[in-house]
Amino acid sequence: MSDPRYTPLRDRHEALGASFTDFGGWQMPVRYTSDLAEHHAVRQAAGIFDISHMAEFLVTGDFAGDFLDYSLAGRLSAMAVGKAKYSLMLAEDGGIIDDVIVYRLAEDRFLVIANAGNRGFVDAAFASRVRSFPSMIERELPARAEGEDRSFAGFIGDRGVDVEDVSDEYALLAVQGPASEAILSSTTGITDLGTPWAEQKYYAWADAMFLGSPLLLARTGYTGEDGFELLVRVADAPALWDALVEAGQGHGLVPAGLAARDTLRLEAGMPLYGHELSRETKPSQAGLGRVVVSDKDGFIGKGAVDAASDAPVLVGLVAEGKRAGRTGYSVVDADGVVLGEITSGALSPTLGHPIAMAYVAPSSAAEGTAVFLDVRGTRIPATVTALPFYRRTK
Amino acid sequence: MTDLNALSYTDEHEWIAADGETVTIGITDFAADKLGDVVFVELPAVGTEIAAGSVVGEIESTKSVGELYAPVTGTVVEINDAVVDDPSLVNAEPFAGGWLIKVSVAAGALEGLMDRDAYVALTEG
Repeated sequence: MSDPRYTPLRDRHEALGASFTDFGGWQMPVRYTSDLAEHHAVRQAAGIFDISHMAEFLVTGDFAGDFLDYSLAGRLSAMAVGKAKYSLMLAEDGGIIDDVIVYRLAEDRFLVIANAGNRGFVDAAFASRVRSFPSMIERELPARAEGEDRSFAGFIGDRGVDVEDVSDEYALLAVQGPASEAILSSTTGITDLGTPWAEQKYYAWADAMFLGSPLLLARTGYTGEDGFELLVRVADAPALWDALVEAGQGHGLVPAGLAARDTLRLEAGMPLYGHELSRETKPSQAGLGRVVVSDKDGFIGKGAVDAASDAPVLVGLVAEGKRAGRTGYSVVDADGVVLGEITSGALSPTLGHPIAMAYVAPSSAAEGTAVFLDVRGTRIPATVTALPFYRRTK
Repeated sequence: MTDLNALSYTDEHEWIAADGETVTIGITDFAADKLGDVVFVELPAVGTEIAAGSVVGEIESTKSVGELYAPVTGTVVEINDAVVDDPSLVNAEPFAGGWLIKVSVAAGALEGLMDRDAYVALTEG
């Protein structure tokens, strides 16, 4: 087993007294002070997260968009430059390899951000798909391949697309919460904005500079609040962290760890790979059928993407009291018959009652269905509910 | 302020304060820090007879569930309602307001438990 990896911000976290945990082979801050305090700060002011462990892939070339249509579930070729899009990488059997965010940087340039724990799988799948894609060009896109006025020598080895794992060159920070825009717009060193702050839309990105280095700003996040994710080169990460923390002091910004991140995304009904999503899960089971463009020609997983009609489906569950059903706990009916299993669960800090996501038999998935959570031998009544549990008010 | 040197300890990170035949039991700051924010505490009912080494309750945090072990044999005579209402007391005052249960015990019940020095050595080892 290889040594755990640390991000460029390790000494910042240690100086703040963070507790670390292993996540996907990385030592990441799980909390700095208190899970609950960090969670509440994000909902009420803002939190800053180090998510540099995530993987980034640069996809370039004349056929980059078509290649992503082939490799992922969505129609990435139709994205406008400047936009971000949530998508899935499927296996041949329709199972989910990873969930990703794709940014269209230019006509022939996309950035794909993947989960740290799936970096190796995504890298291998991209490499394999680059090799199989040229036959796509030959078979499916003859009109495009024709008309090239280069000689055959100009084609050899040119697959029309290149995928590069650039994860080790970049750090990724997130600032999330209602004060995010106020904090970022007052951060010293962020200049040359390609788009004014107030015009930066949700699921879009903007160019900027930080102390003379390139900075990519995306209005995306994993908390259900307004916020930004910031991509910089590794060497710039500590100075950017310091600048954001300083700007955030007047706005209630706190460093927030993975524990708070997990309760925030759970309240927002967002799936976590390894819990709600896995290689054995099909998109429609997880409520992600809309991510798959099924009338798209010839993409990996196309023939197998439909789930069986009796396949378990993901639901939200709410309960009263303070005892939360947790990952792996059973969902049962009044007679103790197992209906399904919880994938993520916690006592919701913002809502004050237990919430969970679970896969249950379709016959028990209707909103309002009364079920029980088996919490270490005690049956807690719960109700099926639509996701998300929490929505921000503005 | 609780005198930590006057307490006995277990390797399950409980502390025990003796007052004649009644002992007060809680978990240490070390255990509370490891658990994180405590959000739910399940305690045995008053009158329950408990046996040393058995699981008598649960201390649940945002991220994990810790079992409460009985460090002594005896009968539960009082539980801390304040902690049941506000589990965060376990984090804020693990040795004071965050106490969990009081147990009436036979003589010699504290034999074999660790003193402060031994417990500090355990947690820093």
